[in-house]
Amino acid sequence: MTRYLVRRIAFALFLVVAVSSASLVLARLAPGDYVTESLGAQAPRETIERERARFGLDKSIGAQYRAWLAAAVRLDFGSSMQYGRPVRDLIPERAANTAVLAVTALLVATFIGLPLGVVTGSRPDSLFAHAIRSVSLVLLSMPPLLTSLFLVFVAARTGWFPIAGMRSPGAPPEGALVDLLRHLVLPTMALGAPLAAMLERLQSQAMSEVVGEPFVMATLARGVPRARVVWRDALKAALRPIAAVYGLIVGTLLSGSFAVEVISAWPGLGTLMLGALRTRDVYLVAGCAGAGALFLAFGTLVSDIALAFVDPRASDTSHEQAAGA
Amino acid sequence: MSRRLGLVIVAFAVAAAIGAPAVAPHGITDHFGLLLNAPPTLPRLVDDQGSLHAPFIYPWRRLSQLEQRYEEDRSVRIPLAWFSGGHLVRSSNETAAPLLLLGADSFGRDVFARLAFGARLSLGLAITAALGAMLLGAIFGTIAGYYGGTLDDLLMRTTDFVMVLPAMYVALALRSVLPLVLTATQVFGLLAAIFAVVGAPFIARGVRAIVRSEKQLEYAAAAQALGASDLRLLARHLLPAARGFLAVQMTLLVPAFIVAEATLSYVGLGFPDQLASWGTMLHDASTNIRVFADFPWLLSPAAAMFLVVLGLNLVLQDSRSPADTRRGANASLLG
Repeated sequence: MTRYLVRRIAFALFLVVAVSSASLVLARLAPGDYVTESLGAQAPRETIERERARFGLDKSIGAQYRAWLAAAVRLDFGSSMQYGRPVRDLIPERAANTAVLAVTALLVATFIGLPLGVVTGSRPDSLFAHAIRSVSLVLLSMPPLLTSLFLVFVAARTGWFPIAGMRSPGAPPEGALVDLLRHLVLPTMALGAPLAAMLERLQSQAMSEVVGEPFVMATLARGVPRARVVWRDALKAALRPIAAVYGLIVGTLLSGSFAVEVISAWPGLGTLMLGALRTRDVYLVAGCAGAGALFLAFGTLVSDIALAFVDPRASDTSHEQAAGA
Repeated sequence: MSRRLGLVIVAFAVAAAIGAPAVAPHGITDHFGLLLNAPPTLPRLVDDQGSLHAPFIYPWRRLSQLEQRYEEDRSVRIPLAWFSGGHLVRSSNETAAPLLLLGADSFGRDVFARLAFGARLSLGLAITAALGAMLLGAIFGTIAGYYGGTLDDLLMRTTDFVMVLPAMYVALALRSVLPLVLTATQVFGLLAAIFAVVGAPFIARGVRAIVRSEKQLEYAAAAQALGASDLRLLARHLLPAARGFLAVQMTLLVPAFIVAEATLSYVGLGFPDQLASWGTMLHDASTNIRVFADFPWLLSPAAAMFLVVLGLNLVLQDSRSPADTRRGANASLLG
């Protein structure tokens, strides 16, 4: 187990370094840089030269990368050109906002999607199962981009919840949590609803397969109550394929969160990275990408541990290779 | 039943895209300066007196230029003109009362026409990119599955790596490396290439698994014993086994790419604004703060996207094998 963890952490480090390095180099290769984007092409030559030197943009890509990497080892990720603040201070705040959004959405999706999937998978012909399946199909056809547009539309028409942002300006500090929760409703639903539908479908499929297996029949024959068989024995077996999928969901969640953040003006990592990419703020781009990679590595690690928990066979090497990377 | 409904929806969208010049009453840049943000004109059969007529419309009368509020002018009936001037249907008096089935946008352009022409770009891009992803995926998947060994390990490690990355960010980062302003053709090619690369690993994994298990079967051994070359064995015997899998993945990739184009264009990194794609239309709508409260017809590209994706999901219903999901080789996870 220790060896396994060490290897996973090594991979996480590799992922973060590779992704942030690649995005730094890519952003640097892009035509134009922060100075020309912000000052415009008409700016005097000396000003441009001076600003470039200030940001380290006058060096070659290789030299700039080496300087950045050497500083990054000491946890100094450079300064954002746009904000004039160290990337290290800028990222955690925005990353936390994305994490709040993503984790809430994942929890909502899990607590709605999985139980419904168990019900529809174990009694596929009931009226309830048909209704849920139809709703799932509709939600599956609405990726976060569409759900967030739709919910903003509903919110703008009805005024039930705030349509954008994370906090109301001038809200009293004692009501801050309630205010945050009210702002969280829309983006969470937008991100969580399609995910809940996907989890419901997957769980339902897994469940309907497990319910047909001999061990379920045998347990039922021994007189164990149906509800108990479904919710304890069959569910545990059916969780395996779902747990395997969670590792890939983290990426889906981050992608979806990008669309939601842009549309509902949620101040997260996605909007920060978009701004950084547009202004060619290379150190901030690298920082955002690195933070995203960290999320990803952490998410896949947690899901692998969860997989090992529901399926002890998964900790042997062959499975690790299939689920890992 | 629902499967057929899905086919009908998808067929309608494709037909509208192909026949856009005939289906749409106007071009994508025709604008009606007096009808900025005008609501949809409703084709009617019955007038205010309750008498029946051939389909007609009432023209819009502007109540307030500043607030862009309009009212139907019930005093004049404008009959619709069928099959005139190369268009399926338009108003018989285009200058005074154009037929705006889904209203007009902030520039007074016909939203329905832009939607139909936009389907060409949006669907065309998604289908091209999906075909590219299948081609790449099939090539790498077969190589990995057929030859095995180190090459297989290397390829599968790479696909694992690309698959965990959030597809949207990869596309975003790759897109923003290139100049912000590109021509439409360049954007089309570029986005198709980026999407194909991001989608290919999902295909490659599935194809690899299929090729690997098929090549152990007797018929493959028989073909080999008869002296079939590797290439022949792959192209004639092993790849056809993956046909069903590829068809399912195609219907999963297309919706993912439609939405990806819309997201990129929405944030201004997709097609140039003056073109009509479903994404640029949403981008235009997003710059109008009154869109949600007062001009909801500007969101019709979102509705169109929903219908097409729903149609594809209906077609796909139950044909997706759980085994593919378990392998993690499923493009439905492509975020």
